[in-house]
Amino acid sequence: MIVMKDIFKTYNNGVTALNGVNVEIKQGEFVYIVGPSGAGKSTFIRLMYREAKPTSGSIIINDIDLGELKERKVPELRRQIGVIFQDFKLLPKLSTYENVAFALEVTEEHPRNIRKRVLEVLDLVGLKNKARSFPNELSGGEQQRVSIARAIVNHPKIVIADEPTGNLDPETSWGIMRVFEEINSRGTTIIMATHSKEIVNTIKKRVIAIEDGLIVRDERRGDYGYEA
Amino acid sequence: MITVMKLRTINRHLREGVKNVFRNGWMSVASIGAVTVTLILVGAFLTLIFNLNQMAENVEQDVEINTLIDLTVNKEDILELGDQIKAIDGVDSVLFSSKDDELQKLITSMGEQGKSWGLFEQDNPLNHVYIVRAKDPNQTMAIAEKIEAMDHVEEVNYGKDVVERLFEFNKYARIIGLVLIGGLVFTAIFLISNTIKLTIMARSREIGIMKLVGATNGFIRWPFFIEGMLLGILGSILPVTAIMAGYYYLITNVSQHITLPFVKLLPFNPFAWQLSLAIVGVGALIGIWGSVMSVRKFLKV
Ligand SMILES: Nc1ncnc2c1ncn2[C@@H]1O[C@H](COP(=O)(O)OP(=O)(O)OP(=O)(O)O)[C@@H](O)[C@H]1O
Ligand SMILES: [Mg+2]
Repeated sequence: MIVMKDIFKTYNNGVTALNGVNVEIKQGEFVYIVGPSGAGKSTFIRLMYREAKPTSGSIIINDIDLGELKERKVPELRRQIGVIFQDFKLLPKLSTYENVAFALEVTEEHPRNIRKRVLEVLDLVGLKNKARSFPNELSGGEQQRVSIARAIVNHPKIVIADEPTGNLDPETSWGIMRVFEEINSRGTTIIMATHSKEIVNTIKKRVIAIEDGLIVRDERRGDYGYEA
Repeated sequence: MITVMKLRTINRHLREGVKNVFRNGWMSVASIGAVTVTLILVGAFLTLIFNLNQMAENVEQDVEINTLIDLTVNKEDILELGDQIKAIDGVDSVLFSSKDDELQKLITSMGEQGKSWGLFEQDNPLNHVYIVRAKDPNQTMAIAEKIEAMDHVEEVNYGKDVVERLFEFNKYARIIGLVLIGGLVFTAIFLISNTIKLTIMARSREIGIMKLVGATNGFIRWPFFIEGMLLGILGSILPVTAIMAGYYYLITNVSQHITLPFVKLLPFNPFAWQLSLAIVGVGALIGIWGSVMSVRKFLKV
């Protein structure tokens, strides 16, 4: 369960990205975040795993009050949330396999389980044959899929995706969406910022539209609502 | 909260730490060099200080007052003088040593050359002597003064000058050495912390990513900690070798030729081993300190 109350966020440079956001997302929901570029979607998402802190307002994630969360407890929060970053954020000196395994290594998982689980996830995103490749040897779409694999590898309760299909061809995009639906059906909350009208209008889910830092629309089974 | 780190995690950190050392190439070499120079000086200085200290103690413990008795004095006077000395407060023992005994001592202490002194056996020019020991070495001087004031005493000798000079020298050596070593240790720490800063800066984006993926500060810090420790320990290899070899040489070759009574070097075992251990420890500490200093600022993601 994610609860945001009266969230304002002004960056150090004076840009106000969020302007009083109130939202509640229950465990197991599938939510699209839509809106024009610069509307504040990424900012909204960043607050959840504490890459950014709100200027004011409160955030509660799985009963953790982020306002009172101690710095040293932040890693625990982040391990409960799998994040697919808009810019991937892969570790450049690690192979595909090692990048995905890293998310399990930080939790001191047993190597045997790590191996099994990583290969499983790589298979799921169709990257088993690229396990030994390094990020700079992968296409944009492949890097994105590594990022997806890393986000879901440790069975997080919440998966947050910032334009996870931005660099993918339609076929791969639908494949990734199937993966999301699959893990969503097992109870994982999915929050996905996207510019893909096709996906939002085809796989109907809750849609939250953000414009100028405000939620302007929140529909149970919504449309994309913008001309692509 | 202390969590016990699992062996495989330790393994990972070790591997990463070693990798960093190689990745930084010449900067690592420079840091190791700085530690090496520092530790060689630390080692030499500690060797000197500990041996001087030991010698000073030997001398102090061994201070005897040689009371030279007037050549003209008769037996009764000698005995009376002995009683008087015994009566002084703080005197531990009084030993009479006749002039023949004294000559014998002189001859043995001179070794080969001493044989020529054998000529004096017929016409011994030495004095009878009372050898006096104080219960407490610190009282030696006071006792010596009292004895000197007595009748039939020609002269009083004790190792005052030697002791005082040794302690004085020791004091200055210690101060100069500490300043020197302080400066060097500081330089070495600075170099190591810069080397590690280099690793960190090159990897600050990576560190940020690691944290976003759920790595704790500890998880990120360990490899740098190990990198620093490794630089320190690598820097102590040469100094330890030099000290072991140097001290062994000193003990086996040099100390044989020194016949001064108080100048005895500390035995190789355990001194050289203890010193080596201390040097490795100081090296590791310098490295760890350097790494801790540089990592701290970078973890606030
Ligand atoms: N780190 C930052 N520092 C300063 N300003 C920022 C930062 N990140 C975002 N902004 C600003 O905040 C506003 C919202 O940005 P945000 O990245 O949340 O938009 P977005 O909805 O994700 O856009 P897009 O669809 O292009 O990804 C923008 O005006 C942006 O310039
Ligand atoms: Mg964005």
